[in-house]
Amino acid sequence: MDIYSILFWFLSAMAVGSALGVILSRNPVNSVMFLILTFFAISGHYIIMNAQFLAVVNIIVYAGAIMVLFLFVIMLMNLNADVEPQKGMMIQLAGVISGGTLFLVILMGLTTAKSELIDTKSSDIGLISNLGKVLFTKFALPFEISSVLFLSAMIGAVVIGKKEHIPASEKAEIV
Amino acid sequence: MPVSSTHYLFLSLLLFSIGIMGTLMRRNAIIIFMCIELMLNAVNLLLVAFSKMYADADAQIFVFFIMVVAAAEVAVGLAVIVMMYRKVHSVDINILNRLKH
Repeated sequence: MDIYSILFWFLSAMAVGSALGVILSRNPVNSVMFLILTFFAISGHYIIMNAQFLAVVNIIVYAGAIMVLFLFVIMLMNLNADVEPQKGMMIQLAGVISGGTLFLVILMGLTTAKSELIDTKSSDIGLISNLGKVLFTKFALPFEISSVLFLSAMIGAVVIGKKEHIPASEKAEIV
Repeated sequence: MPVSSTHYLFLSLLLFSIGIMGTLMRRNAIIIFMCIELMLNAVNLLLVAFSKMYADADAQIFVFFIMVVAAAEVAVGLAVIVMMYRKVHSVDINILNRLKH
C-alpha cells in the first residue's frame, strides 16, 4: 500500500465522517465546525491530486469566508442553543431512504464506468501559472461575466437585507 | 489497492447523497443551506478527479467558477434567511408552509 492510497483512505474517511457529523449534530455551531473539517479533507484530496491552487482557494474561500459568514449569522440569531424542533421520525426515515436509494441507483449505474488508475506522478496542471493562462485566454468571457454576477449578488444582498420602513400603526399588528 | 477514478466517483457520490439526506431530514434553514454547499463540494471533487484523469486544466477552471457562483449564492441566501428571521423570529422551514394556503 503506497502513500497515495493511505492518504486517500484517510482523507475519505475524514470527509465522510465529518459530513455525517454535519447532518447529525444537533447544535448548528457544531455543524459548521464539521463542515469546515469536511472542506479541509476535500482540500487534502486536491493537494494529493496536484490541484494546489484549488486547494488553497478552497480553504480561503470556503473555510475562511463562507463558513465565517455562516457562523456570523448563527451567532447573530443566537441559534447555538438546542432549540431546533425535530422532524417526525417517519419524515427523517423517508429522507434517509430516498437519499440512500439515489446513492444505490447511481452506484449500480456506475459499476460499468470506465476506470483508470490515478497517475500518482506530479504534474504542473494545477499550478497557478498554468491555470491563469487558461483562465485569461480560453475562459476570459465567463471570467468577465462572473464579475457582473458578483456585482448583482452584492446589490441583491444589500436590497434584501435592508430594513424596511414600517409605519407605527402597522408595526403594532405585526408584532 | 491502487486508487482509480472509480474510487473518486464513489466518494463524491457518497458525499452528495449525505448532502441530499441532510436537506430532506433537517428543519433548520441554515443547516439545509450548508448541505447544499456540501453537495457543491462533492461535485467539485469529482471534477478535479476527472481533470487529473484526463490531464486537462479546463475542469479546474470550472471548479473555480463553481466556487464563484457558490460565494454569490451564499451572500444572497443568507440575506434571505436573515430577512426571514426578522419577520417570523425563527429559521424553521415548517413555518413557511403557510405559503400553500
